[in-house]
Amino acid sequence: MSTVNSQAQNNSPVVIELAGVKKRFGRQMVLRGVDLVVHEGRTLVIVGASGTGKSVIIKHMLGLINPSRGTVKVFGRDLQRLNRRELNEVRSSFGVLFQNAALFDSMNVYDNVALPLRERTRQSKEEIHGKVMGKLELMGLEKSVDKFPAQLSGGMRKRVGLARALVLDPKVVFFDEPTTGLDVHKSNELYRLFYRTQQQLGYTAVIVSHDVPKIFKLADEVALLADGQVQGCMPPEDFQMSEQPMIRAFVEETMGHLYLSDEEEADFYA
Amino acid sequence: MRAFFEKIGYETLRFLESYGRLGIFLVRTLKSLFTSAFKLRPVLRQIHFIGVRSTFVILFTGLFTGMVLGLQGYYTLNKFGSEGFLGSAVALGLIRELGPVLTALMVIGRAGSAICAEIGIMRNSEQIDALECMAIDPYRYLISPKLLAGIFCLPLLTAIFDVIGILGGYLVGFGLFRINTGSYFQGMYLNVDWADIKMGLVKSLVFGLLLVWIAACKGFYLHLERTGGFGAEGVSRTTTDAVVLSSVSVLVWDYLISALMI
Amino acid sequence: MRKFNLEIMVGLFVVVGFFCFVWLSVRLGDINLFGSPTYQLTASFGSVSGLKNGSVVEIAGVKVGKVEKIRFDTVKYEAVVTLAIDSDVILREDSIASVRTAGIIGERYINVSPGGSDDELHDGDRIIETESAINIEELISKYVFESK
Repeated sequence: MSTVNSQAQNNSPVVIELAGVKKRFGRQMVLRGVDLVVHEGRTLVIVGASGTGKSVIIKHMLGLINPSRGTVKVFGRDLQRLNRRELNEVRSSFGVLFQNAALFDSMNVYDNVALPLRERTRQSKEEIHGKVMGKLELMGLEKSVDKFPAQLSGGMRKRVGLARALVLDPKVVFFDEPTTGLDVHKSNELYRLFYRTQQQLGYTAVIVSHDVPKIFKLADEVALLADGQVQGCMPPEDFQMSEQPMIRAFVEETMGHLYLSDEEEADFYA
Repeated sequence: MRAFFEKIGYETLRFLESYGRLGIFLVRTLKSLFTSAFKLRPVLRQIHFIGVRSTFVILFTGLFTGMVLGLQGYYTLNKFGSEGFLGSAVALGLIRELGPVLTALMVIGRAGSAICAEIGIMRNSEQIDALECMAIDPYRYLISPKLLAGIFCLPLLTAIFDVIGILGGYLVGFGLFRINTGSYFQGMYLNVDWADIKMGLVKSLVFGLLLVWIAACKGFYLHLERTGGFGAEGVSRTTTDAVVLSSVSVLVWDYLISALMI
Repeated sequence: MRKFNLEIMVGLFVVVGFFCFVWLSVRLGDINLFGSPTYQLTASFGSVSGLKNGSVVEIAGVKVGKVEKIRFDTVKYEAVVTLAIDSDVILREDSIASVRTAGIIGERYINVSPGGSDDELHDGDRIIETESAINIEELISKYVFESK
């Protein structure tokens, strides 16, 4: 899959473009000039040690944070220049899976997933019900519709979050540390769901993760964030072989060995 | 020396920033009230939370406030031989001052802290970011129902407090001191004017706005508070802050309104 | 069931709250909800000590109106009191308005003794004959001597 997409890299249009983004919080410079491009239909994975500002990049793309310097363009529109209504227009083609799923505690699973449809569209109850149940079935959650977030396990919360992120059939889906706090089994399940839904819906994905090397299997491109800058954005095969000293150091530190064995890979997509 | 000026400058900026935030927060909330369709059900739910669930506390505190006013009032008035004014004294004290203020303080303790903590936790767990990313205006969706409910509930709670307090004063006056029922109520009818009721009403409306505003704003901007920051401790500290600030503001505004309207 | 409860409770709360508020405003605040119309008369007194806005105007011990405004006449050094009288009470030109006290040191009110003239008083007219407030000490000593 990766190779096919790599070849398509040059002709697939740009969805998100960060140019010279700098961000300062108080006296702390978090981003020191980030340049990053996300192409349509592809999966970009941003890796890096924790605390380097990976989530901050996602928040810039979502328009939750404005850069101190530089521009963030989504579908060619500069987010900083948009008013609230225009920003909401852009956001309505986004889906986000937050770090801890960010489900609304006061609502059950069904209402959580239905909320975007109820608030953003004028669909009838039946239409909403159909769509919500469709997404919940996709996630294997059809039996938990009446439960509240507090009653769910971490993995289930993430799946509800994914269902909610996908319910408006977004063009771009953001994943902020999707597998943090999940065991191997649960995170594999989430990756499978991600893989399946992306095949089905064809969305562009931006994933922030440090689940290396597993995440490389899903990536079309991998970007390393270190020292407040993107140290290189390339297909995972190139990334693992890169001679760039920072990438080299990161790969050696997190992976030790370079590739999954063939059995592991077969097991992964099973 | 440089550090000294830097400190002063820093503190000034922090101060301006936090009050500016309060102002911007209110403006955005009010704007969302007037620019988007209004849904009744969330407001009802907030009225239930802020109003209905405070009623019991209000009944209780109102009764005892009235009773203690009756007791102390009788003791004082008795010295001047004017026990006949007990009704007026209790009613005026409650309607002009104690009703609005104590009701506001009780609601701050019960609902204000909860509002701040709830919104703070939502900020903490990225639920507010999630709302924004779904293109749902958090001011309209989260804040404005609470603000409306606060402004609506406080006058009603205050009225309940006043009435039950007047009854409490009567219970003590009649039960302990055998004062004349007629003189208690007639004196009250005569001496309480619409101006007094109006003052109580204005106060309770302002307090309702004030307490939801401060509590919600503190929670909403939890991540920007100096004492806040993320985590359970941040929520608890910010909630304490919100309760203290709104209680103090209620008392300050109580004085200002009294001074303006007297 | 939960929805049902929510609405019932909110409804109950609103009704009770409004009832309390209306009771306060109507009974205590003297708000004329049902708009019983009044007309205004003025009367000048040498002293209205203790009289306040909202004090009662009585005829034969029955409330027929209230004091609307008390003003000081800088020329005659008199107190000019504006009375709001219920429209269905017609006063004659020779009525006498006097400032009285309820009880020993009770509330001041205005008592009107109806006259017998044929001419009626209309909105804006003036009651010419008045009696000023009676000295309190006098009244107390009188009361003490009479009752003991």
